[in-house]
Amino acid sequence: MDFDLTEEQRLLKDSVDRLIADQYAFEQRKKYMAEPAGWSQAIWSQYAEIGLLGLPFEEKLGGFGGGAVETMIVMEAFGRGLVLEPYFATVILGGGLLRRAGNDALRAALVPQIIAGKLKLAFAHIERQSRYDIADVGTSAHKDGDCYVLDGAKSVVLHGDCADKLLVTARTSGGRRDRNGVGLFLVDADAAGVAHRGYPTQDGLRAAEVTLSNVRIGADAVLGIDVLPAVEHVVDEAIAALCAEAVGCMQAMHETTLEYLKTRQQFGRPIGSFQVLQHRSVDMLVALEQARSMAMFSAVMAGEDDPTERRRAIAAAKVQIGRSGRHVGQEAIQLHGGIGMTMEYKVGHYFKRMTMIDMLFGDADAHLETLAKLGGLFGNTKAA
Amino acid sequence: MDLSFTQEELAFREEARRFFRTEIPQSIRDKVAEGEGLTRDDMIGSQRILNARGWATPNWPVQWGGQNWSPVQVYMYQDEMQQANVPTPIGFNVTMVGPVIAQFGSEEQKQHFLPKTANADIFWCQGFSEPGSGSDLASLRTRAERKGDTYIINGQKIWTTLAQYADWIFCLCRTDPAAKKQEGISFILVDMKTPGITVRPIVTIDGGREVNEVFFDNVEVPTENLVGQENKGWDYAKFLLGNERTGIARVGASKAKVARIKQLASMERLGDVPLIEVPRFREKLAAVEVELKALEMTQLRVVADERKREKGRPNPASSILKLKGSQIQQQLTELVMEVVGPYAMPYQRDFDGRNEETVGPDYATEAAPMYFNYRKVSIYGGSNEIQHNIVAKAILGL
Repeated sequence: MDFDLTEEQRLLKDSVDRLIADQYAFEQRKKYMAEPAGWSQAIWSQYAEIGLLGLPFEEKLGGFGGGAVETMIVMEAFGRGLVLEPYFATVILGGGLLRRAGNDALRAALVPQIIAGKLKLAFAHIERQSRYDIADVGTSAHKDGDCYVLDGAKSVVLHGDCADKLLVTARTSGGRRDRNGVGLFLVDADAAGVAHRGYPTQDGLRAAEVTLSNVRIGADAVLGIDVLPAVEHVVDEAIAALCAEAVGCMQAMHETTLEYLKTRQQFGRPIGSFQVLQHRSVDMLVALEQARSMAMFSAVMAGEDDPTERRRAIAAAKVQIGRSGRHVGQEAIQLHGGIGMTMEYKVGHYFKRMTMIDMLFGDADAHLETLAKLGGLFGNTKAA
Repeated sequence: MDLSFTQEELAFREEARRFFRTEIPQSIRDKVAEGEGLTRDDMIGSQRILNARGWATPNWPVQWGGQNWSPVQVYMYQDEMQQANVPTPIGFNVTMVGPVIAQFGSEEQKQHFLPKTANADIFWCQGFSEPGSGSDLASLRTRAERKGDTYIINGQKIWTTLAQYADWIFCLCRTDPAAKKQEGISFILVDMKTPGITVRPIVTIDGGREVNEVFFDNVEVPTENLVGQENKGWDYAKFLLGNERTGIARVGASKAKVARIKQLASMERLGDVPLIEVPRFREKLAAVEVELKALEMTQLRVVADERKREKGRPNPASSILKLKGSQIQQQLTELVMEVVGPYAMPYQRDFDGRNEETVGPDYATEAAPMYFNYRKVSIYGGSNEIQHNIVAKAILGL
């Protein structure tokens, strides 16, 4: 058993770390945020150039053939950089859904375009009443000959404002919260009947509200009419990716805070010389390392086929990330004093991204409940 | 031990409740309830309604508009005000500079400033903290050099709340750089329109602009604007900083927040079940309510103790109230985030004047900004770390 990276993984890590260090310093990020899309097209092209957009896709389609560990490496670097580009939406969510719920024809048509940086995707699932329940789908999909007609409204679609195509959950049968009858459809963002309203999110990224009125979907754009398990698997893999991003974020907050404690002087000495603050920065380190461990655990378990085992592991990881993220984030601001409260300084931006990550796909408390309902992690009397 | 209130006290509470819930405009109280920012006019308007009744400055000397209330009445007044979501009168006016001028100022200063300060005809801001002087406030460096009957002020203040609304600023300035740091500071009043003053907004992480930097570039101030004695400003500052007594715990405001959380949680559903009926959620809320009740009882004990304490001496127990009170306030912002769920994610602060339809329910829009903004309550007014030091020294003798 080892936690080391392979040579290829080290090269990937060096490459993405260097990109972030060179191109995504805090001041540079401010400029990207000020661009019309809210992110940098030039940086997106660089992701394409160094193969990041193809990371999880099969080599036969031009991808890197990477798994959860490769995703973890990239997402951690992205967390450190607080990247704004629609990578998570396009590659992790969209790409994940194509891989697990799509078919060969669809993948052959779309994946090369994604890899080249020419196609962006978004996953539309949240609805007004659904909170974090992926199975809670009121948007309807009615069969009409070979086609389906979609009607409904989706909320907080991550990077839904710039996506070329949307992957939309819509119900083909069953009651609103039934696990059976959840379909997945590929919708052109500019198709007739699709309206979207884009807006910024609390962390400076973008999302959209999307309404679908009588949107006709051809047979070739139907990923499946009853595909909840596949969708849930993709969501679990996405959560593992977010755990890694959170670690990058927490690491940056911890380092920044440590630097501040060593340099900020009050009462004639660096404030890091006060024992109380020393102990608290150790507590931050412990929280960070626990989170890092669970991010690794989630990367290992993301590919687990037994949905119960996988769900327990991912839920546990999301809980840890949420708790550690809140602790490290709140302490980072507190130990910086007033400047931690400003937009000018970076710590607050990391804090806001951590807060968003906690809310994505269920907050820590929601996942704690899931984990408890599934019997927890240790000493279960039922066979796995 | 008798925790019941007298008939007179209960009648007073009823009257305070009635007044706050009927005579302050609903629109202003709704803004406070929902965490929306108040305009300058909102704050001034609300304070003038209070002041017309003599209820803006109850802790001031009676001759300057005070009410000579018992500590219990002061507690009830604050509690009912906060529970009714009525804006607290401008703190800089009412609990800071007003009492300092009343206690240490000249007759002329009292006549000139106090009535206008009570009525918010003058909107004050506080020039204390500097980039290099936060927790170590006594190390401040803004310099006031006396030349004849003028002070020339040079330096910079930071975290100056609502300087952009302010008419006047009360400043701690160094008047004797050679003296030991606490002994070379003076308390000086400055008109914000004086040439040489620049206000620069600081955007906080919630997107708001409540604090500023204030730069002083050869600002000329008449020496008659000195309060009390030159180089005694640190004593007046300590008086000011310790002056806030029971209101700092914000028990009433937290009670109002709990009520609001219960209301919102009955509207949000987890599947078929209102969130307020979900065991894990309601247990968390109940746990905070226990802490809040304990804080309320602690506050009442402090209030009862006030009757026996020497007036004007700060009570170190207020540090306990601040520590626990700020923690509870912050926890409640976390619970609001949880109630609101995914709709806390869109950023909907309307700074460029766009008037778009809300994403999700109206009550979701301020959830995240409030959570972010309230990280300040454990930092300002003496950080929680400093409050720990105060209690360790003044109460525990460590």
